[in-house]
Formats: sequence, C-alpha cells, structure tokens
Amino acid sequence: MAVLNEEQSMLRDAAKSWTQEKSPVTAFRKMRDSGVEIGYDAKAWNEMAEMGWAGVIIPEEYGGSAFGYLSIGLILEEMGRNLAASPLIASGVGAASALVLGGSDAQKSEWLPKIADGSVVGALAVDEGAHHAPEKVALAATKSGAGYSLSGAKSFVIEGLAANLLVVSARTSGQLGDKDGITLFLVPADAKGVSRKRLALADSRGAANITFDKVEVGADAVLGAVDKGWDVLEKTLDRVRAALAAEMLGAANQAFETTLDYLKVRVQFGQVIGSFQALQHRAAKMFTDLELARSAVEAALQAIDADSPDVPELVSLSKAKMGDVFHLVSNEMVQMHGGIGMTDAHDAGFYLKRARAAEAAFGSPSYHRDRYARINGY
Amino acid sequence: MADFGGGDPEAFRKEVREWVDANFPAELKSRPNPMMREERAQPSEAQEAWRKAVGAKGWGTPTWPSQYGGGGLGSAEARIIQQEFGRAGAYNPIGGMGVMMFGPTLLEYGTEDQKLEHMPLICRGDVQWCQGFSEPGAGSDLAALQTRAEDKGDHFLINGQKIWTSGAQYADWCFCLVRTDTSKKHEGISFVLFSMHQPGVEVRPIKLIAGNSPFCETFFTDVKADKKNLVGPLNGGWTIAKRLLQHERGGLSGAGGGGMGGRSLVDLAREYVGVDAQGRIADPDLRTRVVQHEIEGRSFQQTAVRAMLESKGNSGPSAATSIMKNAGTSWMQLRQELTLEIMGHQGLGWEGDTFKPEELGAVRGWLGGKAFTIYGGSQEVQSNIISKRILGLPDLTQHN
Repeated sequence: MAVLNEEQSMLRDAAKSWTQEKSPVTAFRKMRDSGVEIGYDAKAWNEMAEMGWAGVIIPEEYGGSAFGYLSIGLILEEMGRNLAASPLIASGVGAASALVLGGSDAQKSEWLPKIADGSVVGALAVDEGAHHAPEKVALAATKSGAGYSLSGAKSFVIEGLAANLLVVSARTSGQLGDKDGITLFLVPADAKGVSRKRLALADSRGAANITFDKVEVGADAVLGAVDKGWDVLEKTLDRVRAALAAEMLGAANQAFETTLDYLKVRVQFGQVIGSFQALQHRAAKMFTDLELARSAVEAALQAIDADSPDVPELVSLSKAKMGDVFHLVSNEMVQMHGGIGMTDAHDAGFYLKRARAAEAAFGSPSYHRDRYARINGY
Repeated sequence: MADFGGGDPEAFRKEVREWVDANFPAELKSRPNPMMREERAQPSEAQEAWRKAVGAKGWGTPTWPSQYGGGGLGSAEARIIQQEFGRAGAYNPIGGMGVMMFGPTLLEYGTEDQKLEHMPLICRGDVQWCQGFSEPGAGSDLAALQTRAEDKGDHFLINGQKIWTSGAQYADWCFCLVRTDTSKKHEGISFVLFSMHQPGVEVRPIKLIAGNSPFCETFFTDVKADKKNLVGPLNGGWTIAKRLLQHERGGLSGAGGGGMGGRSLVDLAREYVGVDAQGRIADPDLRTRVVQHEIEGRSFQQTAVRAMLESKGNSGPSAATSIMKNAGTSWMQLRQELTLEIMGHQGLGWEGDTFKPEELGAVRGWLGGKAFTIYGGSQEVQSNIISKRILGLPDLTQHN
C-alpha cells in the first residue's frame, strides 16, 4: 500500500467502514436478487455522494474536493473488496474527468456540481462493439442548423441505463478507426431520439445499449474542439481504466483473502487443506502477483495525480497486469473452494463474474499489452 | 545514517570525481570487475592498485562504520560514489561474500573484537570470504547439515564436507555452519570462522553446465577454528544463518532490467526477428510474450520502489519484500530464455568466431541462470516461506 497522507488515510478508513457496514457483499446479493434495473442501490449511491465520493477528482470551485485519483482509487479499492455496486467510476471518474479535462467554463459550471453531489449520473458512451476500441467510431454527428444531429449506436455503456448525462464520442470527419475526426458531445439521456436497452450482464452491474436517432444538440454540446476529441477521450479513458484497476485490486485481494481463510478451516484427509503444499504454492504465487499488481495500480494513479507524461503506458501496464491477476485469483477462488464455490449461495461466483466484466471493460489485458508495446515503439 | 550531515552533495560529488580521476588506472576503464571472473586469481598491478586505493578510502563499503574500515557515509553519498565510479567506467573492487553477506551479519552479531579483526580486511579487499553452508545432504533442508565441530578446549576441530561453496578456490577465510550438538537439529548448529589456508582444507572446483566453475566441493579434515571465532552463542548459529540468508536473497533479486545489464529484449528482437510495416516485432506470438515480460519487469521495479518507500514510511517492513526473490529470479530466467529464442541458432553457439560475444554470453548466461531459482533458498523453499510466514498457512500434520 502506497504511503498515504492524512486525508487519504481518513478517506480510506471511511470507505472501509462504510462498505463493510452499509454495502457488504450481502447488499450486492440483495440488489441482484431484487432485479434493480440500473444495477446499483440508489439509496447507497446517495450516501456515497453525501460523503463526497463523487467529487473526489472535481475541483473545489465546482463542488468537489480535488483530492485526486489515488484518493478515489482508495475508495474504489474498498468498494471492490465488497463488490459495492455504484456509478462512481462512470460518473465520478469518467464523466467528471471528461468535463474537467475538456469542458468549457459554462459546461463545468452546469454539470460538475451536480455530478459532485450525485444528483446527476454521467456515463461514457464510447464503444460500438463487443471489444473496447475507442477509435472505431461510426456514430455520426452532422451539422444541423446551429448545432449537430447525432445518429448511430453505442454498446455496453457502463451505467448507461442510470445515466442522466452521456459523454458521447461521435465522428465529425474521417474514416472509421481514425483518431482525427472524433468529437465529444454532452447529451442529456432524455434527449429526443435517445433510446436505451438495458443489458443484463453476468456481473449484475448496470449497462445499456443506446441508439441515437437524429438526436439534435446545440453547438454548446460539443466538449472540447470539433474533430479533436481524441486527446480528451484518451486521457479520460486512462483515468477510468486506472480507477477500474483500483476496484479490481480490492476485489482480487478480497477474493484471495476469502480463499485463504477457507484453506485454513476446510478439513479433508484429516488435515486443513491449507497444509497441502500444492495449494500453498499456488497461494504464494497469487500473493506474489497481487503485490506486483498493487504496485502497478498505485503507480498509475500516482502518475495521473502528478500529470506525468508516462500516464498512458503506466495505465496500460496496470490494467493488463490487474486483469491477468484478477482472472487468476477469481478462477482459483472457485477451484480452491471446490463444490461450495460452484453454488450461487457462495460469493465466489460474484467475484468470478465481476472479474471477467471488469477485465473486458475499457480494454482487456490483450488490448493493453498491445497498447503498451505501441507506446514504447514496438 | 545522516546524508551529508548537513553538507553539500555537489561538493562531495566533486571530491569523489577528482579522486577517481586521480586514482583510477586508465587501462581498467570499462573493463569488467575481476571479482566476477576467474581472472581474479592473478590480478594485474593496476587492478591491485585500484583495490588498495578504494580500500584505503573505505569507499568500497561506503555505508559501513568507519571504525571498522568502512566509509562511514550515508546512502545518498554512497549513491554518488556509485554514480561517479560509473561515469569514469570504474568498477567497485571491494566485493564478494565478505561484503554482501558476512560483513552485514558480523556487524549485527559479532563481538567488538571480531568486528575489529575481520571487517577492516574485508573493507580493504585483503581477505576474501567463502560461505560453508550447503552440504551434499543439506541443500534446501539446510539445517540437516552434518559437518561436525568438536570442542578441543581453546578451539574446535572440524570434520565434514561442504558443497556449492562459491569462490572457495580463491577464498582466504570461511564462515561456516557446523554441528556442535547432534541431539538437536536447528539448535545444534554453530556459526564459526576459520582460515582456508591450513592443513586439512581441500577444495575441488565443480564444472557446471555453463562450462565454468564458480562453485566448489570443500572438504575439512581436522581443520581448526579458534574459539574466539565463534560468532554468537554456541548452538545459536541457525538464527544468524537465517539472517545472513536474508542478505543473500536481497542481493539475488535484482531483476527488472537493471540487474541484468545488456540490451533490452525489444532491441534484440528488432535486430534478430525484425519488424513489420508498423514497426512492431514481426513475430506476433513472440511480441506478446516480450510485452508481457516487459510489463512484469516494470511491475517488479515498481514493487521494489514501493517496498522501499513503505519501509521508510509509517508501516514498517513491507510484506512485498517476501516476494522479491521468486519474482526477480523467475523474471531473469525468462529473460534469458527469451534472449535465446530471439537469437535463434545464433544464440546457441558454444564458442568460436561465428558468434558475437553477446551471443556466446547469452547461452552461458541462460545455463548459469538456472541456478537463480535453486540457490539462496530455492523457488519452492521461498514459496513455503511465503505461504507459512506471510499467509499463515499451517504445516502438514504427520499421522499414521
């Protein structure tokens, strides 16, 4: 664990006690069983917002605390431990970062205070297929009067059903796959022509496919510069990826610790199974990988806070490493629990499902290995 | 230890630079450290002069206390010395087992007389040490060692055999684990020091798969160790041995690029495998594995930094340090395997002018590197340590 300052320690302790008390895995199970369509408990989200979590990366003048990305990572790690579902990443990191990085004063004043207090939930509508590929934008924005008309579709929009505000990447020029010619738009989710379809995913979290049918927006809906949205988009995505990696770090560590506890109590052949070397060495390997992953995740968050030029490679490094490690640990959690780990009554399945969903979101390990190599010129 | 004691780092850097310029023999510039090679048996005049000069300053062991021959300096100053040596193409001629393992251990467990007798000789490089730990029947299970030490009043009489004794053929002294009580396992071991230049010491170098002989078999027949050279209490050697192995493991995990030297795998792949139209390594399967290895090395480095900051910070020694030996050595071995694969047949030359030194070095390094996960606590022993000490997993209970 990184060396923390006083406010970070307090934030982490608050997040730890709140998630344990108010949002343990049993709360997630209850939410899933209730069939809540948005994929999180709105009451719990209000409490998070009241504690200021949605404004951790938002400047104070817009109602946030500007504690930074390592700080929000600490909160997300604790939430990840308990699989606490919320739109904190989509809204408090995704939409908030896009606005902070690319928004005009008017846009920031309009949206950031509402994101910070939780009254508006933002989401990034970026991908258009089953694999993360943010430059593959076909959704078209064409000039229409003084503004634009948006037509096309976005898929697997995280918290897309709950969102009031969508940050949409659209093509204003160039070809599919070009980074030039992408423009970001702020689109209220209730705008005419926006229709949403809830996606029921294995991890029971909120997601939607969204279609845009001649959605009319004003010129003031453009976030940043026309045709030059890629820069803000990529920076925003890196912040979301690092935040998601922090959530995954918490979840993977909890999955490991729960498994370790089980190894110490489950008796077979007259022994606790944790005394078997075949399992001990796999546990030691997981612990080793988790320590390496923690270093990578914290380094990425710290690099963002320091506005370091190596943010893109450090983020890809952390998302790739964290994805691989959570994948391993979640599989081992089920395997080492044996039959009980296969039952819906046990939490192991939740961690397994969340591992794959988080792994695929905003770039799989394979995507980020390729990106890391490209950034480094090979 | 204070850095600069309030002094000026740049003034110290200037002092070191001027001293190195005045004392480092030009003919040794950018030459490898003879400590690392078999030529150490017959050092040249220049090599001897450089050793004596650095030894007299204590700069080969800069952070050791000056009353025992060290530099008495802080870590920031030590770093400056290292940087200035590097800038001049100079190596640190003071090293070996005495510096890496024995010295730090003696500093912690030795008596004042023992420190005053042995440490200055290490700091000057006048005495080379070897480690008498492993035996044919005591490898990973080190405490099973059987070399006996018999109490003869003012000295011990030592009989037995050690193996994998690094550099025994060049060593002047041995720090040795011996059995002083046969009725107990761990509590019957003592830590003694004795000269290798005495009757009854026989050293046979062992030729390894890489063709070199860095290790020896070492036989002791009625070898004497003075009682004053018992370190720690009688039968209390195991505690000292465990502490010493921590120093050893710390020194063995230097992965993450810096530890290996040489060109990056990406550079090698560009040369031997080529790139596609987009500048990517042409073999996509190899490229994936190279990236994975780079990411692993980088996260290892990040962990080393984190562990250092954490141990300085509020939370005490970091649990992360326990993973470093396994993570570092596995990484280095994979690097050696990938190097060979990247070079293809050109990376399999044993000798001859068809092969560049870099290529011959790759194959020897690959073979020699197999030892990384065996010595200093094998990969499996390290995994046992992590699972039992860090994770709290229990021992197997024996029953019929």
